[in-house]
Amino acid sequence: MSAFVRIALACLALSLSPWVLAQQVAPAPASSTGGMDMSSMPGMDHPHDAETDMSAVDHGRHGMDAMPHTRMQGGAAPPDARSADDSDGTGDGAMPGMEMRDAEPLGMLRFDQLEAFDGLHADGTAWEMEGWYGTDTDKLRLRSEGQRDGGRFDDSDAEALWSHAVAAYWDTELGVRSDFGSGPARQWLAFGVQGLAPYWFELAATAYAGQGGRTAARLRADYELRITQRWILQPEWEVNLYGRDDPQRRLGSGLSDASFGLRLRYEIRRQFAPYLGVVWTQRFGGTATFARDGGGTAFDRRLVAGLRFWF
Amino acid sequence: MDTRDPHDARLSRRRFVQGLMLGGAAAGLGMRAGVTMAQSDAVAPRELRGTRFDLAIGELPVDFTGRRRLATAVNGQLPAPLLRWREGDTVTLRVTNRLRVPSSIHWHGILLPAGMDGVPGISFPGIAPGETFTYRFPLRQSGTYWYHSHSGFQEQTGLYGPIVIEPARGERFPAERDYVVMLSDWTDEDPLAVYAHLKQQGDYYNYAEPTAPEFLRDVRTQGLRRALAERRMWQRMRMSPADLADVGGATYTYLMNGRTPVDNWEGLFKRGEKVRLRFINGSAMTLFDVRIPGLKMTVVAADGQDVEPVSVDEFRIAVAETYDVIVEPSDDRAWTVFAQAIDRSGYARGTLAPRAGMDAPVPAMDARPVLSMGDMMGAMGGGSMARHARPEYRNPGVDMRVDTPRSNLDDPGIGLRGNGRRALAYADLHTIGGALDAREPGREIELHLTGNMQRYMWSFDGVKFSDAKPLHFRAGERLRLVLVNDTMMNHPIHLHGMWSELENADGGFQVRKHTIDVQPAQRVAYGVTANALGRWAYHCHMLYHMEAGMMREVVVS
Ligand SMILES: [Cu+2]
Repeated sequence: MSAFVRIALACLALSLSPWVLAQQVAPAPASSTGGMDMSSMPGMDHPHDAETDMSAVDHGRHGMDAMPHTRMQGGAAPPDARSADDSDGTGDGAMPGMEMRDAEPLGMLRFDQLEAFDGLHADGTAWEMEGWYGTDTDKLRLRSEGQRDGGRFDDSDAEALWSHAVAAYWDTELGVRSDFGSGPARQWLAFGVQGLAPYWFELAATAYAGQGGRTAARLRADYELRITQRWILQPEWEVNLYGRDDPQRRLGSGLSDASFGLRLRYEIRRQFAPYLGVVWTQRFGGTATFARDGGGTAFDRRLVAGLRFWF
Repeated sequence: MDTRDPHDARLSRRRFVQGLMLGGAAAGLGMRAGVTMAQSDAVAPRELRGTRFDLAIGELPVDFTGRRRLATAVNGQLPAPLLRWREGDTVTLRVTNRLRVPSSIHWHGILLPAGMDGVPGISFPGIAPGETFTYRFPLRQSGTYWYHSHSGFQEQTGLYGPIVIEPARGERFPAERDYVVMLSDWTDEDPLAVYAHLKQQGDYYNYAEPTAPEFLRDVRTQGLRRALAERRMWQRMRMSPADLADVGGATYTYLMNGRTPVDNWEGLFKRGEKVRLRFINGSAMTLFDVRIPGLKMTVVAADGQDVEPVSVDEFRIAVAETYDVIVEPSDDRAWTVFAQAIDRSGYARGTLAPRAGMDAPVPAMDARPVLSMGDMMGAMGGGSMARHARPEYRNPGVDMRVDTPRSNLDDPGIGLRGNGRRALAYADLHTIGGALDAREPGREIELHLTGNMQRYMWSFDGVKFSDAKPLHFRAGERLRLVLVNDTMMNHPIHLHGMWSELENADGGFQVRKHTIDVQPAQRVAYGVTANALGRWAYHCHMLYHMEAGMMREVVVS
């Protein structure tokens, strides 16, 4: 589980560091990757990672010394960067008829998980879905996850976010989250980042502010391990944190729960893949106590079977 | 003649296409199911000659895979009819649009007045449904060219056709037989869906990504340290060494003169004859590697322009390029014309034969190549430093920059290096007669080819078409365009209306072309004489790259 803990800490560092935002406007320090500094994420990266460090690659006589030590991605423009304007002041023609699609919005709706689960203490169904609509740089993103057991929703939420591309692999997100199922509904403002970290980890870190001074954070990471071109093993990590107790929703302050899922899917088509998996969930602190008081336990292991599909 | 029932034939055809995707196992089955295809029955190759042409753009039902689809065709043909023109003539082409959407025809590689170039939004407003547009222009060149739609994705759905302009003074390299070999890629999907899939998942059509078992195998054979080192760079950069083609055999069926590999296009010859093959890559997205196993090919023209003859076993033809080759089949037997896609996800195939109905063995496709560090980083430890444009930094649309690009025109490209065959490289091409304009360029415009594979964004200098200002060429000037490829893909860049005269590494004249393929991490420079007034399109000829923004307007004034 050490990788899990390391990634959880990394996500935490990422989401809570104020300089994450500052990175978007301030000149990047020598260690930054595309406007998003990963160097403070233990276990995820090293300060020099995104640079053209070829020391580990044997390429004959061309060694490190011969390499220009510059970044290949992101970063600030050097003072001698060219202007991209060779128009001499010439404007666009006024001719009608152009139909390029480079600014046209597109959309997608994806159920990453739509599954039946059989746990140690309960069985039911669960989902995790995401949809977006928009252009390359600005999208409306909808996200929801939750579960149904015993005929009612439990611990479910939905988010609507404005997603804005800030670097080659990173988007910032700003929006709202609504919690429903088991206990009173809670509304939150959401702010986060999501994207693709070096080594192909999909990361999302979101901080939430709710009514009455409530705060929360959610960190997610997943990875796609190709066994073949169609068999894909997907580990997924999720951690939830809350700023203070919420007895009505049986949530304790601090680290509330962490889960690790492992799903093996077969892509019959890209857009249609059945899967089988296992999910381990551990509740911590107050949340674990609430669970035990309610007749449950702090730990659960679930077998899941479901479908991943999108269009 | 095929006696199997149509259902059976359809099944085997379907399996054939999928078989290519799974590794090309079906190649040697010798199936002749193609004779039952609607497409081949309905369409005899047709050639139109003269100076006045009536062309009608309309829909055509086709069946390339066992599924019936609607193609966009000219005069009911796919490819569109071969237009045979004569240098010095003035041609008049009345093009009627019978589609329900606007259409257009662009005459690729032809020098003509800007208003006749056929690019909606730049040259003219396009041809509205039901309307006829009359193109009229004098022919100031000869050679092999082609025409295609410049509206939406119509080029992907079949609107492309060959042009042969006979030289006023006769062929420099005469041959007894003369065939057009037009290569293209067909998908049963709606091209808009293909585009959306690429935006949703950049590697949607790539079924050759590195896998965990391959890594474990490398660990076993090379040791953990080396296996990790080999992957480290790619992993950190979030790039894939398998990123050879955005769209491949997972959806494409590759065609030769509108025929599937099963349907087998055929060209006849008599033993000892010289056969001129005019290869045209009319694909939307596919670079092909072409060879005729057992036959040397003498390349005599590139992009319509005669070159010093060069004998090769194989050549890569990027999207929109044309190459004329002469072959002399010395035996009384059939020869396979084999054009494998750059990512080896499938191939187009035809046969040269002394008699109809003959077949030759179809070679196995080569192993799929993987991109090297040089394809990503350029000339490591050498080469000139690139000067990037300001918008290439902190830009979500730019996922990499190459600081020391290669300028090796003698590199035939990934997959053709050291494969034991003599492969054509740009350095082998020398246009006869040299540059049209011997002036030293007075000005240099540098542009970088940029993109983000994850987001499927494509641009020049990090600025996509809809956000970009036009490039201004001063009327009459000789200028140098410098292209640096800051991506891991090939981009065939096409300047409308004017020639692109490629320079060698020393700045000397190399070859005159209308489309210049820039390899990953490569830098090329070419001379342009801005003698064609007006507004012109300048773009990557990968259709989905262009639609995603890899395009500029050029204004000559
Ligand atoms: Cu391109």
